Amino acid sequence: MTIYLDNNATTQVDERVLAAMLPYLTEFYGNPSSMHRFGGQVAKAVQTAREQLADLIGALPSEIIFTSCGTEGNNAAIRSALATFPDRKHIITTQVEHACVLNLCKTLEKQGYRVTYLSVDSQGMLDLLELEAALTGDTAVVSTMYANNETGVIFPVEQIGALVKSYGALFHVDAVQAVGKIPINLQNSAIDFLTLSGHKFHAPKGVGALFVRRGVRFRPLLIGGHQERNRRGGTENVAGIVGLGQAALLAQQNLAQMQSVQALRDYLETAILRTIPDTVVNGQGSPRLPNTTNIGFKYIEGEAILLLMDREGICASSGSACTSDSLEPSHVLRAMGLPYSVLHGSIRFSLSRYTTEAEVEQLLAVLPGIVAQLRALSPFNAADQGWIEERTQAVVPK
Amino acid sequence: MWNYSEKVLELFYHPRNQGVIEDQGEPEYAVSRGEVGSIACGDALRLHLKIEIASDKIVDAKFQTFGCTSAIASSSALTEMVKGLTLDEALAITNRDIANYLGGLPEQKMHCSVMGQEALEKAIYHYRGISLPEHEEDEGSLVCTCFGVSGERLRKVIKENRLTTAEQVMSYVKAGGGCGSCLSVIDDILASCQAPAGMTNLQKINKIQATLESLRPYLQADGGDVELFDVDNDRVLVILKGACGSCASSLDTLKGLIEERLRQEVFASLTVEAVEAV
Repeated sequence: MTIYLDNNATTQVDERVLAAMLPYLTEFYGNPSSMHRFGGQVAKAVQTAREQLADLIGALPSEIIFTSCGTEGNNAAIRSALATFPDRKHIITTQVEHACVLNLCKTLEKQGYRVTYLSVDSQGMLDLLELEAALTGDTAVVSTMYANNETGVIFPVEQIGALVKSYGALFHVDAVQAVGKIPINLQNSAIDFLTLSGHKFHAPKGVGALFVRRGVRFRPLLIGGHQERNRRGGTENVAGIVGLGQAALLAQQNLAQMQSVQALRDYLETAILRTIPDTVVNGQGSPRLPNTTNIGFKYIEGEAILLLMDREGICASSGSACTSDSLEPSHVLRAMGLPYSVLHGSIRFSLSRYTTEAEVEQLLAVLPGIVAQLRALSPFNAADQGWIEERTQAVVPK
Repeated sequence: MWNYSEKVLELFYHPRNQGVIEDQGEPEYAVSRGEVGSIACGDALRLHLKIEIASDKIVDAKFQTFGCTSAIASSSALTEMVKGLTLDEALAITNRDIANYLGGLPEQKMHCSVMGQEALEKAIYHYRGISLPEHEEDEGSLVCTCFGVSGERLRKVIKENRLTTAEQVMSYVKAGGGCGSCLSVIDDILASCQAPAGMTNLQKINKIQATLESLRPYLQADGGDVELFDVDNDRVLVILKGACGSCASSLDTLKGLIEERLRQEVFASLTVEAVEAV
């Protein structure tokens, strides 16, 4: 049995999403651009999906560009914003962004752009005064997350947006983790670009979208044919787009249900804190996504926890160094200045509407034993602080 | 997900020799510890050895480890490997021996085996009263300040594992994997550990010959000997005489020792092969 608590990594495709997609992988295989009815009916399905997705985020259908993934949306938005202001050479983002934004910014730094990476506090929250101090007339674009993938911390995007507008810059929001989990309404928003990805809310991998506010200039990343009104070349991933539309419809219907996901998350969190000593919830002091909890188990290491949970069929993820190819633990938790005793042993549990109470109970039944087993092996503990050489340091991305 | 060997998983799920050895004050035994790593590095090992003073033998070994799957498995493997060995035998264990015992480690996890070897060395040196340079406290000699790695330690690991790239160095001792500011220094150290550029064949052979000559008196004292037969690029062909006649295992040990010394003295990528006397 698999207990899947890694829904911020990816989600299960809803069976109704799959059912909506299948005809477009079988009988309706036409090209939406074709000048015949066989293609035309496929174009209609793409248009319906566009409307469904626009509805979910309070946008106009014409403000939606279908993409292949969140990374594409983020790259397209930031590069387009820079192309809009060829004389502005400053970018503002945060230290806790997804790798695709951070690595793009690093590349842009080599090309002559100046990048400010805003810090976060110990609760993962931005300081609006720091943002205001960083904004100048040279700032072309500000790019921040809506909600953090590791901690679930939600940024005050409308307040950020208001500041950004006062400097005439463009505002991009990476909402990959937020869409489908919390209500989003872009109708009267300060957001110019918003990235989303289907597989984070029960659509398949390989499809996403970029919202571009009406009236905001957009320069395509992929130059090609006239698809997506000349804004994204390449024949449409029709089945994926239809799936994304269906997933958006279901997400909208299920938004109220996120309250019960949150109740389950809160129960899980409280129970872990109560039953396992020396644990902390990272980012607990900030508004968070209803499905995410990031818990630091002190004095033990995350990958070892993951492997022992894996043996029980439980899937989660960790920000520890050992779970990645890099030697440093999570840049998000480091930016929060968490002590190393916490961040090497941090585990993210991310739930979905499919998560059951029984699954959470099963996790709670085995987790205290797993933590105790690893703590028995560890040379570190709360009583013996001598050798720990605790240190914290916020690290600016390289 | 990492591709761990069966042996790694077995020792992770069912670690052997976990725990501490308390000094019971028995006069014929000594207890020594070696500590390596820190919580900031993401892994740390405290190795406990119980040593029979008269025989210089390790009669028991236990470990406490903070770290990932392969760190725990490497620590457990080490304790299995050293039990029953004399301290000299234990000091001959390299990190590669630990990795081999585990049926191999993913390259990015080789630093776990290095940690084991270093803790073992520390525990034995501590017992013998030899002080090791405290890398962490001596910031001046550090190449990588993020992970506290000195140049001396880098050279040792580079030579023992015949590393050639900075990425490999990162996998073995983490150096360069933090802020990355020492990567160019690591490149320089790597270059200095390879065959010096411009060394002629004759210079190379002379250096090998001289190194072998310096070893011969020790070998002869034990009834063995070595003679240079030929040098073919990186291959050094030697004729060996073991202490126990032609006993295969003693020849292997001898060959290993000679290879280590030649790699240190001449260049890191060479291999020694024993050939029969014609």
